[in-house]
Amino acid sequence: MRIELEKRPDVSRLFSILSPFIALLLTLVCGAVMFMMLGKNPVAALYGFFVEPLMEVWSLHELAVKAAPLILIAVGLSVCYRSNNWNIGAEGQFIMGAIAGSILPVMFHEWNSPFVLPLMMLFGMLGGALFAGIPAFLKAHLNTNEILTSLMLVYVAQLFLDWLVRGPWRNPGGLNFPETRTFEASAILPEMIASGRTHWGFGFAILAAILIWFMMRYTLKGFEITVLGQSERAGRFAGFSSRKMIWFSMLLSGALAGLAGISEVSGAMQQLRPVISPGYGFTAIIVAFLGRLNPLGIVVAGLVLALTYLGGEAVQVSLEISDKVTRVFQGLLLFFVLSCDTLIHYRIRLVASKLAGSATAAATTDGAR
Amino acid sequence: MGIFEAILLTVITAATPVVIAALGELVTERSGVLNLGVEGMMVMGAACAFVATQVTGSPYIGILAGIASGALFSLLFGFLTLSLVANQVATGLAMTILGLGVSGMIGEAYVGQPGIKLPQIVFPLLADIPVLGRLLFQQDLIFYLSIALVVGVQWFLFRSRAGLKLRSVGDSHSSAHALGINVIRTRYLAVMFGGACAGLAGAQLSLVYTPQWVENMTAGRGWIALALVVFASWRPWRLVAGGYLFGAVSISQLHAQAFGIGIPSQFLSALPYLATIAVLILISHNRRTTLINTPAALGKPFVPDR
Repeated sequence: MRIELEKRPDVSRLFSILSPFIALLLTLVCGAVMFMMLGKNPVAALYGFFVEPLMEVWSLHELAVKAAPLILIAVGLSVCYRSNNWNIGAEGQFIMGAIAGSILPVMFHEWNSPFVLPLMMLFGMLGGALFAGIPAFLKAHLNTNEILTSLMLVYVAQLFLDWLVRGPWRNPGGLNFPETRTFEASAILPEMIASGRTHWGFGFAILAAILIWFMMRYTLKGFEITVLGQSERAGRFAGFSSRKMIWFSMLLSGALAGLAGISEVSGAMQQLRPVISPGYGFTAIIVAFLGRLNPLGIVVAGLVLALTYLGGEAVQVSLEISDKVTRVFQGLLLFFVLSCDTLIHYRIRLVASKLAGSATAAATTDGAR
Repeated sequence: MGIFEAILLTVITAATPVVIAALGELVTERSGVLNLGVEGMMVMGAACAFVATQVTGSPYIGILAGIASGALFSLLFGFLTLSLVANQVATGLAMTILGLGVSGMIGEAYVGQPGIKLPQIVFPLLADIPVLGRLLFQQDLIFYLSIALVVGVQWFLFRSRAGLKLRSVGDSHSSAHALGINVIRTRYLAVMFGGACAGLAGAQLSLVYTPQWVENMTAGRGWIALALVVFASWRPWRLVAGGYLFGAVSISQLHAQAFGIGIPSQFLSALPYLATIAVLILISHNRRTTLINTPAALGKPFVPDR
């Protein structure tokens, strides 16, 4: 038996909407099997993983805190991926944004002023954008593959942060722990809602999603992004420059990842540590695809992926399941999202192999039509 | 053993896994498929090889487990990108994320356990040659395999009929299809060869380089292997040169750290990654040569018409 694809004359609207949900369902089924193999009750484990974290106010706040960076980064990545620029180094841009944004609260901590926070956010965006500017420059002017350079720079950013918090930026009054001084009150991103920890980073994420959605749908820039992504040649005829698009998409996604970085540090951690992200920059790639590269879809997808972090922590405590299942769930989800996307453009048919006789093959063909 | 010999030996050990993984990816890319999941397949190989060795007590069974796990895992990539024509870049990233997660679960119970190092195979007489004997004829099985792989891949790609077919699939799948070559099957085999090599490279890490299991122990070597393929312009011999160059850079920074020269260790640790970027720039800034060397159908999906 083999699989045959038949191109649909048009994109299937039904499957465009359904495919992320089918992918989620398949991931849950796979997850249930995995939990059974680990010797746990699959219903209880799935309930603990995906439902229980949604039952309490404080954990809903945690969900928003974790979703904020994922959405911010993924919205930027969606612009990159739509224009066929494969920035996969958002993790590094997140870190450099966090570092640049922390210059004021760490080095000039005596300065308390209402200007501090806005400046920190601005620095964060600049830091992320400049760091994304390296692969952008290399791709636009030196023809270097952006996938590899942006990824290599993640390791460089991680090492740079490690050096800062163990070396020049280490808290002088901090018993030699590798961390910076705690931020002053004026440098802490305030909470959005009185009932819990959700900080303004979540607000930035929603705002960014709406703005980018508007840009993609109603502006010439959005059209330019789509055209250049689908056919660089067609874009050139329309007078669009793919070189400028490399710069635009990479700087935009870098700035959003940098904003995510400084928001996370200022809103949730209030200091820099050697590790400030549980892989948000990589998980955001999954968020972008699960949201079908649509900013509004990405908001929902960001909440789903944030849930996998919370669920992983929850079942680790309650059922003694390794927190590694989070990564496995995330990986599975991306696999299923990508395979379900095939349904949008193709009809899939299982064709019996030649040995099995032509009668069955004919039957399947007729059935599909 | 002199210091010079010792350093060269560590360079070889550091270069071997990257060379093996890159050779596999080179064959995959020559067939027109870009598998960015090398890091994921490599780390799976490392975990499976280590666990199999601990369970059976034989590192040779560990090697087999590493190869098998890499090849099986790559089938998943093949199914998505070849049978379902999913986006190759995104699927490769999914391989890396899933590989890191699954390998973490497989190896979790074995963290911190002392491993069994792959024994050396000494060639009598040849091993007595000064310097060279120690470097080339007193090594472990995976090193010998890596040499055999380089020669084998070079011969296969440029001297065998099957290799010619594989290259034609990578340069123009439509023409190859019209000539009656089974494009999808060729690509499946090339992807699995790449997976098996990545698995073997992972096994080298957990059985030779540092005989233990540490989560995420590949530390970007899979990505460096990908860069190496570009650096080598898809040619096996250049790939070996680049691989040993990388080994030399990563070992010299370790020695510099050990000697305690005045540069912070983090900056030295960043050197292999920065060197990779520098080399990529050097090799790709000339658009024309890049265009000539790259397999023309690389990364492009193929749907056979009926």
